[in-house]
Amino acid sequence: MNGPDLPAWAAWIVVVLALGGAGFSLTGALGLIRLKTFYERVHAPTLGATLGAFLILAGSMLLLSLVEGHIVLRDALIGLFITLTTPVTMLLLARAAAHRDRTEKNPGAPPEP
Amino acid sequence: MSASTVLDWGLGLAQGMLVLAMALAAWRMLRGPRAQDRILGLDTLYLNGMLAIVVHGMRTGSGLYFEAALILGMIGFTATVALAKFLMQGEVIQ
Repeated sequence: MNGPDLPAWAAWIVVVLALGGAGFSLTGALGLIRLKTFYERVHAPTLGATLGAFLILAGSMLLLSLVEGHIVLRDALIGLFITLTTPVTMLLLARAAAHRDRTEKNPGAPPEP
Repeated sequence: MSASTVLDWGLGLAQGMLVLAMALAAWRMLRGPRAQDRILGLDTLYLNGMLAIVVHGMRTGSGLYFEAALILGMIGFTATVALAKFLMQGEVIQ
């Protein structure tokens, strides 16, 4: 593969950032499988959404800045967007699930506010 | 080890881990047990797919994949909000 040309220290930093981010995302997905109830599971993917995405995007910004020869910050836009939208989606999903559980009077339903 | 070898192997490993995370999210999406679990799995699948695209862009060293990742993140957000609204109210557009 004809990859980018970087100095060795930058390559190591980029690889450590990318592997760390991918590891956090994998841990979040593992939590999605392993945890027992929906209200526990809804917390797991946010690990990949915040820390995993932040590390991978930091690595991407460093690599693209070195490849293109000037500072490239557009990947921060994805990070900003993810940081803004993830709490909204998870809150909406948890409220929808709580509404369903309360309507069906399931034993695991959260109490009325 | 040269820098390009480190980059190629390290980013390839990161891509493999993200694909594994996508497979786990897809398992949760297919198995359920309830609709909210499937939506959560779909949201995680979108997110990990977006990160895999970013890592692929890093591997090729081009900024061409930035727009694809940004749009995938936006579509994932819209889909999850619409599906959560459907679960809550039984309709998406009032």
